Amino acid sequence: MKNKVLMQGNEACVEGAIKAGMRFYAGYPITPSTEIAEQSAVRLPQVGGHFIQMEDEIASMAAIIGASAVGTKSMTATSGPGFSLKQENIGYACMTEIPCVIVDVQRAGPSTGLPTSPSQSDVMQARWGTHGDHSIIAISPSSVSECYHLAIRAFNLAEKYRTPVIFLMDEIVGHLREGIEIDDEEEVDIIERKMKVCPEKLHLPYHVWEGEDVPRFHLTGYDIRYNITGLAHGEDGFPTNNNEVAGKLVTRLMQKIEHNVDDIVQVEEKYCDDAETIVVCYGGTARSVMSAVDELRAKGKKVGYFRPITVWPFPEKQLLALSKKVKNIIVAEHNYGQILLEVQRIVKDCKIGFVGKVDGTVITPSEIVKAVEEVK
Amino acid sequence: MSKMEIRLAGSGGQGVILATIILAEAAIIAGKNTAQSQSYGPEARGGMCKAEVIVSDEVIGFTKVTHPTFLLALTQASLDKFGLGVDEDCIVMADSSLEIPAGLKAKKVYSLPILETAKTEVGKAFTANIVAVAAINEALKLVSVSDLEEAVFRHIPKGTEEINRKALYAGEKLAKAI
Repeated sequence: MKNKVLMQGNEACVEGAIKAGMRFYAGYPITPSTEIAEQSAVRLPQVGGHFIQMEDEIASMAAIIGASAVGTKSMTATSGPGFSLKQENIGYACMTEIPCVIVDVQRAGPSTGLPTSPSQSDVMQARWGTHGDHSIIAISPSSVSECYHLAIRAFNLAEKYRTPVIFLMDEIVGHLREGIEIDDEEEVDIIERKMKVCPEKLHLPYHVWEGEDVPRFHLTGYDIRYNITGLAHGEDGFPTNNNEVAGKLVTRLMQKIEHNVDDIVQVEEKYCDDAETIVVCYGGTARSVMSAVDELRAKGKKVGYFRPITVWPFPEKQLLALSKKVKNIIVAEHNYGQILLEVQRIVKDCKIGFVGKVDGTVITPSEIVKAVEEVK
Repeated sequence: MSKMEIRLAGSGGQGVILATIILAEAAIIAGKNTAQSQSYGPEARGGMCKAEVIVSDEVIGFTKVTHPTFLLALTQASLDKFGLGVDEDCIVMADSSLEIPAGLKAKKVYSLPILETAKTEVGKAFTANIVAVAAINEALKLVSVSDLEEAVFRHIPKGTEEINRKALYAGEKLAKAI
């Protein structure tokens, strides 16, 4: 039965994760993500899972990689300062192709910044925070309901593509409480990583089958021993300096995401069909934009919004198509202009405006309205 | 019902965040849309604390209060800070221990002994937020008394139902007298 309950974004993220099969959480609490750790500590033992508060963020990240390597769906949560610390191990998860979900409830930075204030200044860190060429998926929810449903999707994509997925929340949605309809009995699509079927190529843990982009998984520690390393490795999992093998590996790591953008990318477009101006927004900022656009439409302004739900990979194709139809694009985000760079890279035919904030306050609908009305 | 933008302000530890969570919970029970949020500093107690709840029959876009239709202030600092900024259609409820700042323009200003009532009539100072919740609900006619009680009971420790029921009754009585 559907039941409408009041829930906080952070709590909804945990409920979604558990629905997706999360059974291990390791983390080091930090505002504004702390409720994710608290809720995981309460909920995981109830469903036969485990919660560990680790000594720091680095260890937390290592712990969820380890848990996932033995087949347990795992998650950690943090905010900007902790996200920085997790980066090295996020790269390890990319390279070793171990599925996991990293929640970053963004707060104002740099450094420890403004702990309780909203921000979206980790967008580029989510993409490029760990060194080396790698692919990544980042999803940004705009409501409590999305915190639940997209957390499920984050796990599904992590499993399907054997990759870390960044669940890029912000203080606005993380600390927001609103109504959400949750149906405990509801059947949702849950994706499990493809497993090797014994005894196929067990000795080659990173062997990729013809027609597939991702190696099938074999649980670490079962049946046979195999090697997992952050060094460039061949199909056998052992380190190599062979340039051809290394090049092939990194190319495949990039392409397993790039070749599947149509499966991965989700966007929301509203009032875009006849719009002259569109506002590009994501995460908590979208709530300001939604109100502003409704207000402007009521005044007869031809304005709509484009919301990347999947921030990485960026919905390039969709934005490009839209830019052929509209005259102006305004990017609204709680930072100094990060997705703005992406929009400037993609869009050639429109005037591009920007509404950004870095003082820890929230972009208001009236600030969006003003920016749209000022467009010449 | 049109959109209600409710702001509660006080000092960290007075329970104003919980008060807005209870109002939001009550709104959900009553089948309305709601968005609750808060802003506070890094300190656990003593800093200025602002919590907000929007209650509406319509879908809520922006989740923060921009033009409060109702303000509750439990400390002088929060009344001075947020009271002077309200529009003329806003209802202000302030604890009676506070001085109403000259120049405060509001539709109505209610001065109610919320903190004193919690301390003496209910018998526990920490029930002030529940007294306030009941007074707000009575003044704004947000939800039924039983929906509000249900909302309170979902957010209090077991075994404290009686004292909280007492606080609800005292708060309702305060607002009925205005």
